[in-house]
Amino acid sequence: MINVEHLVKAFGPKLAVNDVSFSVERGEVLGFLGPNGAGKSTTMRMITGYYPPTSGRITVGGHDMVEDPIAAKRLIGYLPENAPGYADMTVNGFLHFCAELRGLQGDARKRAVHRAVELCFLDAVLYQSIDTLSKGYKHRTCLAQSLIHDPDVLILDEPTDGLDPNQKHEVRGLIKRLGENKVVIFSTHILEEVEAACSRVIIIDRGRIVASGTPAELKARSPEGKLDEVFREITLPDTVHHDHAAQAALAAAPAEVQS
Amino acid sequence: MNAWAAIRTIMKRELAGYFTSPIAYVFLVIFLLLTGFFTFTIGNFFERGEASLVSFFTWHPWLYLFLVPAAGMRLWSEERRLGTMELLLTMPITNSQAIIGKFLASWVFLALALVLTFPVWITVNYFGDPDNGVIVAGYVGSLMLAGSYLAVSCMTSALTRNQVISFILSVLICLFLILAGYSPVTDLLSRFASPVVVDVVAAFSVMTHFEGFQRGVLDTRDVVFFFSVIGFMLFTTGVIIRNQRAG
Repeated sequence: MINVEHLVKAFGPKLAVNDVSFSVERGEVLGFLGPNGAGKSTTMRMITGYYPPTSGRITVGGHDMVEDPIAAKRLIGYLPENAPGYADMTVNGFLHFCAELRGLQGDARKRAVHRAVELCFLDAVLYQSIDTLSKGYKHRTCLAQSLIHDPDVLILDEPTDGLDPNQKHEVRGLIKRLGENKVVIFSTHILEEVEAACSRVIIIDRGRIVASGTPAELKARSPEGKLDEVFREITLPDTVHHDHAAQAALAAAPAEVQS
Repeated sequence: MNAWAAIRTIMKRELAGYFTSPIAYVFLVIFLLLTGFFTFTIGNFFERGEASLVSFFTWHPWLYLFLVPAAGMRLWSEERRLGTMELLLTMPITNSQAIIGKFLASWVFLALALVLTFPVWITVNYFGDPDNGVIVAGYVGSLMLAGSYLAVSCMTSALTRNQVISFILSVLICLFLILAGYSPVTDLLSRFASPVVVDVVAAFSVMTHFEGFQRGVLDTRDVVFFFSVIGFMLFTTGVIIRNQRAG
């Protein structure tokens, strides 16, 4: 369903994403794990068509994201990082607007909004403006927006960020349910989330995939069977950015991109 | 979803955005107060003793210089600040549809402000017998002028997430568009430049092209000029928005 081949994204001399390849099929929930600034959001922004890749290829449902973006974007529901929303709109107005942009009209639109509101428990704040919402509600409003057209592909950038433990539990359950017949890619840096919801994990560090497999496979790499030990072992804390290997990799990178 | 439906959806939201915040009302009141003040007090509408709206339209390039950037400065900078730009541009619509939709919404808003100046038109028709054709041409020209400034603001608002910077840049560019054909400036320029150069510079000015409308002349060249400015600025907006994401 989603195919990513040799994806590279450069911001000036800095490579935010460096040769990332993977594919995800329907029925899979793929977790993106990695330290802050590892390139998770940048990868997701390329898959959703927000950032054009510097090089590499993305296809969603057979549609190339660069050559046929409209067809590819139609299949995707996207929750960006920090769950943005138009501050002056009500939840209801915002969801109707998003549904309309997705090409839903009349009764179909009303049903779609109703369904998304129920899925994300937004009844209580339906006519409240977005800038008066608590962080949890704001997040769920944006999540509802991503579900509104019942997309085949869901890309969720830190979907449980800023939620309380109950809400986190709800959202993980929702991701798991949706993942049964859709493709779900979500990013997080909470390790138990990965175990709770993912069928597969990709660990990204400094723009590269450093590990991938099922949560159980990754856990088996550590003698005590703990995911956080594996995570700490294969990713580097951002304080060691100045070590020689990393410097050399960064210096060599731009030439690679141009070739 | 066809292109027009996407543009209309974005337009509707943007226009509603003006009215759900105090911006629209503050803008409309200030615009109407200032047009009244300039027309009647500074423009000596009554003392002129002529049945025309010259004293009304003459001030528009200067009035719009501050008011139109104020209405347009938030168009894209607000999207960037809130992060909704990411949401909007990952929807199944093209960049141009989003840009045109937002621009048209603000233009309709400015048209509404212009329509609300109808008491001036009633006044001049009550006291005299003006050439209403000339007045219509004036209104059309004024709307084109507002559209040009607005397209400039649209472009500057795409440059930054800071609305103040967007506003100042926009005022500066619009000021250039005025001054290039403003007679004190062209007079100064003609002292040391050849007439051809002066004409070329003046041809870039909105003043030169707005003048015809005020006299009731609908010249195709003037219409083409205003639409070119709008087209060019919106195209530049598209390039800016694309380049920001290209990294």
